Amino acid sequence: MDTSFFLAWIKEAASAVQAERDHLTQLDAAIGDADHGANLDRGFAAVRQTLADTPPQTPGGVLVQAGSALIRKVGGASGPLYGTAFRQMGRALGDAPEITPADLVTALEAAQEGVQKLGGAAEGDKTLVDAFAPAVRALAQAVRDGAKLEDALETATAAAQEGAQATVPLQARKGRASYLGPRSVGHEDPGAASTALIFAALRRAAGQA
Amino acid sequence: MDGQARPMVGIVIVSHSSRLAEEVAALVREFGGENVPVAAAGGTDDGRLGTSLGKVIAAVESVDRGAGVVLIPDLGSSVLTAKLVEEPGSVVIADVPLVEGAIAAAVTVGGGGSLPDVLSSAEEARTFRKL
Repeated sequence: MDTSFFLAWIKEAASAVQAERDHLTQLDAAIGDADHGANLDRGFAAVRQTLADTPPQTPGGVLVQAGSALIRKVGGASGPLYGTAFRQMGRALGDAPEITPADLVTALEAAQEGVQKLGGAAEGDKTLVDAFAPAVRALAQAVRDGAKLEDALETATAAAQEGAQATVPLQARKGRASYLGPRSVGHEDPGAASTALIFAALRRAAGQA
Repeated sequence: MDGQARPMVGIVIVSHSSRLAEEVAALVREFGGENVPVAAAGGTDDGRLGTSLGKVIAAVESVDRGAGVVLIPDLGSSVLTAKLVEEPGSVVIADVPLVEGAIAAAVTVGGGGSLPDVLSSAEEARTFRKL
C-alpha cells in the first residue's frame, strides 16, 4: 500500500460520509444532538481540500494531515476522536513509502489506543470503539492467518458493521447519548455507524489498488 | 516576596456556546478581579455550537503569564479538545462543573494561588452543596 492507496481510502471515506450524511444525522438525532453527519461531512470536505492543496508524499503524511484537518474543522467530539485516530495511524507509519498489511494492523491498533485514551471509552460503552475494536481484531487475525489484503479488509468491515449493529441494545456510558441513560437503548450509535463506513471505504480502496 | 507580584495563573473557559463561554468569563472577572487572566473559547470557528481547537489554543496563549493555565470545559467535544492541548504541569484541565468551578478558580487566582492551588480549589467545587 502506497501513498495513492491512502489517498484513495480518504477519498472513499469522504464520499461515503457525504452519501450517508443524513442517515448519520438521523441516528444522532435519536440519541445525540443531530449533527454527526453534518459535522463529519464538513470535516472530510476540509480533508479533501487540504490533501488537494498540499499533497503529502507518504502514507503517514496523508493520515496525519487528514487527522489534523478533522480536529480543526469538525467542531463536535468526532473531530478530536477521528482526528486522533488518523494522526496516530500516520505517526505509527512514520515516513515509510510502502505499507505492509502487518504495518496497517499496527497503525490501526495505535489509532484505537489513541481514541480510547482520549475518550476514555471501552467496548460496550456504545461508542465508535464498539465498531473499531472488533474491526481491528478481525483484521489482525486475518493478516496473521495470511489472508489476502482485500479478504482481510472484507472481514474487518463485516466486524465493524456487526459491532455497530450490536450497539443498538446497549445503554450509552460515554458521549452525549450517556445523558439519556436508559433512553439511549434501542438506537444504533452514530459514531459506530460512521466507523463502519470508514472501514468499508478502506476495503474499497484495496479493491482499486 | 518583597511586594513583587508573582505571575497569575490563566483561566480558559471552553464551551460549546460562544456566549456561554463569554458570560462565564465575565463572572470570573467579577469574582476574581479585573486582573485575573481569563479567556473564552466557545463555539466553532464559523459560529456554530461546538468546539474549535484554534480558539482554545489562542485563548491559552492569551492568558499564559508563565504561571500555568487551567482549562475549564463544559462537556463532550469541549473536554476532548481541551485534552488535545493539555500539557502536564503547565496547561491542565479542571474536571469540574463549569460555573462553580470557574468561580472557585477565579477566587484562588485572584488571591495569588499557584496552578495546583487553583486546580484543587476548582475541584472542591465538584462537591459544593447549594442546599
